[in-house]
Amino acid sequence: MRINSRIDDTIRYLLVVLACGFVMNGCSPQDDTSAAKTEGIQFTIKNKGSDTMVNLAQAWAEKYTGISTTASVEVSGGGSGTGVAALINGTVDIANCSRQIKPKELEQASQNTGKVPQEFIVGYDALAVYVHQDTPLDKIAITQLAEIYGENGTITKWSDLGISHSDCPSDKIIRISRQSNSGTYFYFREALLGTSRDFRIGSLDLHGSKDVVEVVGRTPCAIGYSGMGYATSHVKMLEVAADPDSPYYPPNLENVLAKTYPIARPLYMYSLGEPTGEVKLYLDWILSAEGQAIVEKLGFVPLESKSE
Amino acid sequence: MNILRKKSATNLPFSETAIELFIRLCGISSIIFVFGIFFFVFREGAGFLFNGLDLGQFLTSVEWQPTSLNNKRYGAFALIVGTFSVTLLAMCIAVPFGLGAAIFVSEFCSPKLRETFKIVIELLAAIPSVVWGFIGLTLMNQMIIRVFNAPIGLTMLNGSIMLALMSVPIIVSIAEDALKAVPDSYREAAEALGATRWQVVHRVLLPAAKNGLLAAVLLGAARSIGETMAVLMATGHSVNIPSGPLSWIRTLTATIAAELGEVARGDEHYQVLFIIGILLFTITFVVNLIADLVIKGIRQES
Repeated sequence: MRINSRIDDTIRYLLVVLACGFVMNGCSPQDDTSAAKTEGIQFTIKNKGSDTMVNLAQAWAEKYTGISTTASVEVSGGGSGTGVAALINGTVDIANCSRQIKPKELEQASQNTGKVPQEFIVGYDALAVYVHQDTPLDKIAITQLAEIYGENGTITKWSDLGISHSDCPSDKIIRISRQSNSGTYFYFREALLGTSRDFRIGSLDLHGSKDVVEVVGRTPCAIGYSGMGYATSHVKMLEVAADPDSPYYPPNLENVLAKTYPIARPLYMYSLGEPTGEVKLYLDWILSAEGQAIVEKLGFVPLESKSE
Repeated sequence: MNILRKKSATNLPFSETAIELFIRLCGISSIIFVFGIFFFVFREGAGFLFNGLDLGQFLTSVEWQPTSLNNKRYGAFALIVGTFSVTLLAMCIAVPFGLGAAIFVSEFCSPKLRETFKIVIELLAAIPSVVWGFIGLTLMNQMIIRVFNAPIGLTMLNGSIMLALMSVPIIVSIAEDALKAVPDSYREAAEALGATRWQVVHRVLLPAAKNGLLAAVLLGAARSIGETMAVLMATGHSVNIPSGPLSWIRTLTATIAAELGEVARGDEHYQVLFIIGILLFTITFVVNLIADLVIKGIRQES
């Protein structure tokens, strides 16, 4: 690319780039850091990881930065794997993870930093199966989902599920999935297909939890999975059963706590070593009634003992 | 002549020598960087490339299952097809628009309009690719659904339009330079012979600026092949052999971008992503080589 030597042109470009930068900043919550209160703050807790948890972590961080006079929290997303990688490199204080840390990662972190990551369950997330609001389908079984998403699956059309979908002329089920750096991807695969079967290729692999719901909301032929906190008025959450003969349960607070809803999982936070100082205060606050109230507000399921 | 230059060189003040050395280093550094990057990418991927990777499967299979727990498969064929098809479609859109705009700006428009045009076109080049991706994900997605009645707008066509819009400024500015470089005496001679303006462009300018125009197109194509963020967001990111412009696809670059953040360093999957990097390097090298050969061929012909 040629560079124009005229200085005023250059300035104009910079202004445009800056303006674009601001526009993008407004759109991506991951990059937003809550540094509203900078006076009197000595410690910044760095928090990174799961995209499923990024809104939750953001809400915690905002509230906590308002309360605490000694610490602020910096949150970014990128996926569970990204968070754990940052923990292994010792560049964050807390990693958010929507799956459990792998033994290999645990070992790497201990080797690299000399500290053993400590696990905290901070809430639960029910994965909802989303379809477009006009889809004439209300419930689905895990075994059916496995045939839709799994390799060599037998269900590729809406008529295979026994429904006629008038808004989807091609009758083909468009599978919306997540990119493989997401904890949601791995959890959903394991819940559906166990450890021996893979996802069928050819699904649309989107970047974030919100994207999945947005695309499903615009696409009558689509089916997708994402956290139940991301539901909008354009999509429908299906009731889920383990198999067609079992009872179906909608994803909600009671069913997750009663463990009857089959695709719910704990949400984790990992600290490097036993948490101390500000990090400990923050984690304690998250597990307190006040922190857990935010979990519920964002559509996730709070921990049992604290919710009562 | 030689002696003269040598003599003056020894008499140069120190600052002059230092500046010459600095410029020389700048020139050499680009070569060092290219080799450095190639060395790094090759080193990260080489272990698995020569020891373990089934190259036949890599180049011909569509099975891209790098995260499988017990049956990892690294078939990049769909990704290669995706990269080439989206670039080809983007060039089909960008080349007529880009060359047409270049001809208009250099030959047909008034000097005042030309200045405005050039500024606006260069502004187009200043838009970051993630913004293009965002436009593709939201605006263009809706438009494709409405216009083509497609089930989903995140398609090869969407990505191609984004890539075309990104490479048009490059094509325009380089092609315009090439047209400007044609001596005015050619134009004057043609007009003196009674040629119309279109005949001047068609019969004189285009053949005379052939090399430059080809370079413009190839640089535009190189931009498209290497682009990552916009195609990641706009094409649906799906391992799929496209059956038409409304199919969704995944490109080589987008795969690296989406998966590299999550893999463990030194892992098989990590190395395969670097092998994709080597593949991209090779593709760019071949494109540039072809461009060089074609340009040389044209030169010998004329």
